[in-house]
Amino acid sequence: MIKVNGEEMQWRPGLTVKDILEAKRYIFPMIGVWINDKPIPRDKFETTIVNDGDDVKVIHMICGG
Amino acid sequence: MNKMKLLAEWEYEPVKIQRGYAGRTLYVNVGDFSFKEKPVSEDMKEKFIGGRGFGLKLLWDAVKDTTKWNDPENELVISGGPLCGITQYPGSGKCYTVFISPLTEQTYDSNAGGHFGPLLKFSGWDALEIQGKADRDVIVFIDGDNNKVEIYESPFEDVNAFTVTEALHEYFAENEEDKRNISVVSTGKGAENSYWGCLNMSFYDLRRKAPRLKQAGRGGGGTVFRNKKLAAIVVRKRGIGPTSNNPADLSTLQKVGLKLHKEIRDLDDQQNKMRKVGTPHLNEIMNEYHLLPVHNYKFGQHPEADKIHSEVFGKLFTQGIPDGCWHGCSMACAKAVDGFELKTGPLKGKKVTVDGPEYETCAGLGSNIGIFDPEWIIEANFYADHYGIDTISSGTGFAFVCECYELGFLNKDITNGLELKFGSKDDLMELIHRIGRGDDEFARIVGLGVHRMKKIFAEKYGAPFEVMEKIGMEGQGIEVSEYVPKESVAQWGGYFLTLKGPQHDEAWLIFMDRINKQLPTFEDKAEALHYFPNFRLWFSLVGVCKLPWNDIEPADNVIKYKGIEAAKVPEHVQNYVDLFNAVTGKNITKEELIIQSEQVYNFQRVFQLRLGKGTRKDHYIPLRAIGPVFPDEWEARAEYYDNELKATGIDPEGLTTEEKIKKLQEYRLPQWEQLVDAVYKRRGWNKNGIPTIETLERLGIDYPEVVEVVKKHLKPEDEWEE
Repeated sequence: MIKVNGEEMQWRPGLTVKDILEAKRYIFPMIGVWINDKPIPRDKFETTIVNDGDDVKVIHMICGG
Repeated sequence: MNKMKLLAEWEYEPVKIQRGYAGRTLYVNVGDFSFKEKPVSEDMKEKFIGGRGFGLKLLWDAVKDTTKWNDPENELVISGGPLCGITQYPGSGKCYTVFISPLTEQTYDSNAGGHFGPLLKFSGWDALEIQGKADRDVIVFIDGDNNKVEIYESPFEDVNAFTVTEALHEYFAENEEDKRNISVVSTGKGAENSYWGCLNMSFYDLRRKAPRLKQAGRGGGGTVFRNKKLAAIVVRKRGIGPTSNNPADLSTLQKVGLKLHKEIRDLDDQQNKMRKVGTPHLNEIMNEYHLLPVHNYKFGQHPEADKIHSEVFGKLFTQGIPDGCWHGCSMACAKAVDGFELKTGPLKGKKVTVDGPEYETCAGLGSNIGIFDPEWIIEANFYADHYGIDTISSGTGFAFVCECYELGFLNKDITNGLELKFGSKDDLMELIHRIGRGDDEFARIVGLGVHRMKKIFAEKYGAPFEVMEKIGMEGQGIEVSEYVPKESVAQWGGYFLTLKGPQHDEAWLIFMDRINKQLPTFEDKAEALHYFPNFRLWFSLVGVCKLPWNDIEPADNVIKYKGIEAAKVPEHVQNYVDLFNAVTGKNITKEELIIQSEQVYNFQRVFQLRLGKGTRKDHYIPLRAIGPVFPDEWEARAEYYDNELKATGIDPEGLTTEEKIKKLQEYRLPQWEQLVDAVYKRRGWNKNGIPTIETLERLGIDYPEVVEVVKKHLKPEDEWEE
């Protein structure tokens, strides 16, 4: 199990940041991701593996409209 | 066009702009044809900065406590601000119009791009104040080349925007090239026939050989404009260049500007694609996150939304043309559809250039009224601009009408033959034309806005007021803009705890609150509802566009900064501090930037109080803004809402949908009151939403006349307990 923005999410081996975004349907292009407080560059979303128990923060960089 | 009849003229001394300011404002009375020059004091620059701040200060001095929107002493004040007109930084051609609104009966301010703000300043004026009421249609012409102001009798029988704008660019220009030295403010017949009048501010697009119109859409400024019998305001100023604003430090301006140009060039295609599709990039995003208003905000998503996705509009917009609405804007989001053949109305068959549609128009005159036809939206966008009708207020207003029609509160006898259901394309287009023509009683009632429709529908047609109160999406008399707010407590405040009603220029906190979970407590929400409204208000003081702040971000923004700090885009905040200092020669910090805004924010709040508004009772919220009202809204997202109820400690098992709705409302309404309290406290206001004397003193806006207004309303029982 991992946490995504404070909510529990099922973990599986090989789970990537990109998989999480797809599962959550987070399609906004300007997203910042931190795993256990460590920032993940956007070009590494596809290759960054999330480990069991990780605390993931997915921040949508919009407060505009 | 024949030579126009000159009614009055006035000559003025030329002035050189000093560090972003002309140092004076222009007063024109179209009732008695008088003209005045007013000096700008250092205190005015310090406390009101420019733009909207100047507008509010001049309006304050011009009106009485009892002034109504249609009194001659009400004004339209247009002002850019000290950064307005620089060409080094994207989005620096904005100006702000301030007036007492017919919709809200208090001060309103609305901004537009285009060239009017910069050309006005470079003609020698930090602001233009129009007062009085003419006895016939008139055109005010500010001739910045020859240093004179003229008032002409309008020759136009058709005062609609494209007719007037095209003709006046032609009339005042010596040749095609010269047309870009001109900007026209116009509206249309729809502004006369409704309270939704918008102002169109033009710039001439040499590549398209057509005037383009940018809208100060909200609040009914166009209605005030026509009430004064203005057909147009025109400014002409030739020879504008990169140093026209005479900044204190040109090299810093260039350096900061270049940095952002590079970011836009390198990153926009991966980020919001503003250069290709403009703000409609939001269409599919809002739909995916259940935030796209559908059927009067009942739903946030629709299966046909793919028909209005940004890719669709990207193909309809002409690509490859730099679409900045002021020189030097590489964000270039002012997209347009060229060669669009109109299918209806007085210009049927004519091929036109249509500015937009923007996201708000796609949602307002699209999904919210159940229409997912891009061609229809473009046609509606054109005629709304042409008639001078705000696409946001009309979109939300029509959505309310459609729901009332489907609930059986209205019928064809009442609507004079129109079947105004969601998705009734032909009849809704006809409603737009009827507002434009002004020949239909029902259309005139609709154009008064949701706030007044509720009352009139109840009194005249027997519609149940209490139901309309729940579903009418308005606050302070003006319609909600095009985002579904019901699932974000912070956004209830972003819309309904605002200075002038539920537009979204103060705060858009839905993702931060609901998705990112960054605002867990009421204090967190209140802090965001302090910082973001004040940060965003600052754009309106200096004359720049909000979009380059956070519709593009540095590549390493989310690596260097975390959480809410990252959402502020700190490097761009610093850009604005640097720009302000580079232009004005001052030395403000990012904290002082917020204080500049707070000064004006609180002054405007007191101004609303002076006009009989501006207390807690005016910060009301309709039930649909805080959750589902009818069972079909709940059932469209039953699992989601059942979980919402569970999170409050209520087991939805065994409850009917109506019972669930009632229980969620019973939970959320006290949340609203808690939010109001937290926000008022953070803003330095008392329980009744009035800035305290201490707040006025802290901000240095404790002018005797301001304190006097506040003192009249302060009561011991409204003070916070320790």
